Amino acid sequence: MTHVLEISGLVKKFGGLTATDHVSLTVDTGEIHALIGPNGAGKSTLINQICGEIIPNAGHIHLAGREVTRLPPADRVALGLGRTFQITSLLDDMTVRQNLGLAVQAREGGNFHIFDRAAKRAEIWDEVGETLNDTALSPRADIAAADLSHGEKKQLELLMALSQRPRLLLLDEPMAGLGHLESQQMIDSLRAARSDCAMLLVEHDMEAVFALADRISVLVYGRVIAAGTADEIRANPAVREAYLGEEDA
Amino acid sequence: MKRENIILLVVFVLLALVPFAAEFTGQSSWTKLVGQALIYGMAAASLNFILGYGGMISFGHAAFFGVGGYVVGIMYHHFDAGTAFLGFIPGTDQMLITLPAAVLVAGLAAAVVGALSLRTGGVQFIMITLAFAQMFFFLFISLKTYGGEDGIMVRRTNALPGLDMKDKATLYWVVLGFAAAYYLFLRRLVQSSFGQIIAGIRQNERRMAAMGISTYRYKLYAFILSGMGAGLSGALMVNFLRFASPDMMHWSKSGELMVMVILGGVGTLAGPFIGAGALFTLESMLARYTEHWMLPVGILLLIVVMTSKGGLMALIRKLTGGAK
Amino acid sequence: MILLFEQLLNGLQYGVTLFLLAAGLTLIFGIMGVINLAHGALYMVGAFAASWVAIQTGSFWGGLLAGLVASAIAGIVVELGVMRRLYARDHLDQVLATFALILIFNQSTVLIFGRQPLFTSVPEIFSGSVQILPGLPYPTYRLFVIAVGLAVAVGLYFLINKTRVGMLVRAGATNRQMVRALGVNIQGLYTAVFALGALLAGLAGVMASPIVSVQVGMGDEIILATFVVVVIGGVGSVKGAFVAGIVLGMFDTMLRAFLPATLQQVMPGPEAQALGVGLSSMGIYLMMALVLLVRPRGLFAARG
Repeated sequence: MTHVLEISGLVKKFGGLTATDHVSLTVDTGEIHALIGPNGAGKSTLINQICGEIIPNAGHIHLAGREVTRLPPADRVALGLGRTFQITSLLDDMTVRQNLGLAVQAREGGNFHIFDRAAKRAEIWDEVGETLNDTALSPRADIAAADLSHGEKKQLELLMALSQRPRLLLLDEPMAGLGHLESQQMIDSLRAARSDCAMLLVEHDMEAVFALADRISVLVYGRVIAAGTADEIRANPAVREAYLGEEDA
Repeated sequence: MKRENIILLVVFVLLALVPFAAEFTGQSSWTKLVGQALIYGMAAASLNFILGYGGMISFGHAAFFGVGGYVVGIMYHHFDAGTAFLGFIPGTDQMLITLPAAVLVAGLAAAVVGALSLRTGGVQFIMITLAFAQMFFFLFISLKTYGGEDGIMVRRTNALPGLDMKDKATLYWVVLGFAAAYYLFLRRLVQSSFGQIIAGIRQNERRMAAMGISTYRYKLYAFILSGMGAGLSGALMVNFLRFASPDMMHWSKSGELMVMVILGGVGTLAGPFIGAGALFTLESMLARYTEHWMLPVGILLLIVVMTSKGGLMALIRKLTGGAK
Repeated sequence: MILLFEQLLNGLQYGVTLFLLAAGLTLIFGIMGVINLAHGALYMVGAFAASWVAIQTGSFWGGLLAGLVASAIAGIVVELGVMRRLYARDHLDQVLATFALILIFNQSTVLIFGRQPLFTSVPEIFSGSVQILPGLPYPTYRLFVIAVGLAVAVGLYFLINKTRVGMLVRAGATNRQMVRALGVNIQGLYTAVFALGALLAGLAGVMASPIVSVQVGMGDEIILATFVVVVIGGVGSVKGAFVAGIVLGMFDTMLRAFLPATLQQVMPGPEAQALGVGLSSMGIYLMMALVLLVRPRGLFAARG
């Protein structure tokens, strides 16, 4: 089986600080791989290197078997990479429908056409309608993204990322700031989506991590100190000391 | 017919009647004034596409306006002198050649400026576009062959087959026709797939990149389209005033174009035209009473920027009960 | 060789003038995040106030004082009346509001002083020239301008690096939120920084007044060069403003002094003259474009 994502020996330094220290990990087809670690462990830096917003100093990133270490972000998306942001990142002036429409349009192409009418591209709007159908966002479809609640924004961002039909979805703290009920909805949504794409899940909410993840890697000070199944991680003394211990205190 | 289209049609008809009204009332300067305002409106609208829809604050837009104008001027100069540009491109006075040439050359200039400037952002982008415009400004000042600081006189307006372009009213109608066509083009453009991508980039460039859009290419394409529009309006202006001068690309002209956009309403289709009309009318009217017309214009602009969001278009919408 | 040296000194004198303007502008941008196109107007205010008082009283020093006071007051008025409302706005609104301020300042000056340039003479004790090299007498006043500019540079260095106010300024340039969080009187700090910037611009205007023609629009020409200096130096960096100011001042002066003559050796006179003048005016802009292409945030950017 080939890995959807394969990271090997990744190093990123900012001045004297080593934010990513020889990190290697893989995400397989159909897998949810969680990345946990205390604040400042270098999780976001790692995510940004996978996305191409930061270029590593050393090491390799392969996406669906292709080396993407130095490719610009858009080219990685073309190879099947989707993401959500730690702080939700939407098109604030546009409605929910338009946000989704643009995500579909970005995938479908035809983006340099200057004489067509985006509002009349049936292939886009049919798909948006289907996506929205049966979701909690459906009655809010024509509301500007800026006016949504925090939980709704997180849901919309996930729907947009899924609309790109990624092979691998990077989720940067999808549960952050969500209430209990909303977290449960998000867990359900992610579970429903796992048949469509593999996920690398960065998350602090351990309940969500243990509920979703097939494998877990623990990142501390830029290094992977442990990796394994949920049970293995729970039992790992180094993890308990460095990470879970913190949660108990 | 949609209400917006009815309003547009009425405005178009009213504008088409301007030469008759001018003749009837004996105010022959009206035609010239409205014609110029329409051309500035086009230039401002072209700027508005990157500024208002695309979020790129270009402070050098007058450069493309001037380049378009100089293409007409230089081609006429060689036509008049019977010489050839660079020794092999003969001059011409045919509008069907000069206008497309102006659009093309302005687009090329915008491609070069945009390709380099868009590598920066924020205040650096504002300043680097200004810097490139200044380079064009000084380049044309230094070209003695084409009049240097004095610019080029174009003794006769370019010819258009079947029309008497010496007739002021005819020339005005040609300008109006271009302005109307350009307005419709922009309306299509902002609604197009490309226009939606540009609007998305303005709101959240990082999100668009995460959706697989290589934003640089799209911004550059928008920048070029915008520069071409400015080139077209510059070419029309030189035909209308029969004069091309470096002042067309002075940095204060870039500032004025921005003022028109803001005054009328940034990110709206009609805004730049309304802003250009308002500013131009205001200037002309005030200039009759006082040589210090810039003072009230400055104060007005300050008030508009500081107190309102959305310019005159927002005001009009408020007055008409939020139509559209 | 002597000519070259003389032009280098002229470049240095222009360079410190650019530095005086750019130092204030870069601080204002770095700390408040606001683009102030009207900074050149404050330069003009300083020059006009100084020239007018100098003409009325016959005293350059009285004019110097008047110029500094007038520009600082103008700066405070502008900060309180306009700028304060613009800090939270986007760059576009800032550009337009300060563009409007230029129109207002220029026309007000025309109303008060008319369109005729004012001419003043250099103060008595600096009226002579100094033999700085055999065969090269150089005007004392210009040396004085250079000395003042360098003194201000040293003063600013101490103010920014050795005082509490300077610490806040540095902290503000790199992290605005942080300074706010420290509970400093931000409004007061902003007004003070703006007044300081205005004062420096006014000083530049005063110093230039005996050697340039004091007229409406004088600020518009130099403000563009100042922006080039700020951007090349790195927005928010006084050190960058100093280095870029001196380098650009000399570069620009050299081009203007030698390019037309150089071109005349390869092409006919009048064309060479016009082309030389035009190309040398393009020089600093070309340099800015090149610097930004290599370092998109300038040479000494306050933030990486």
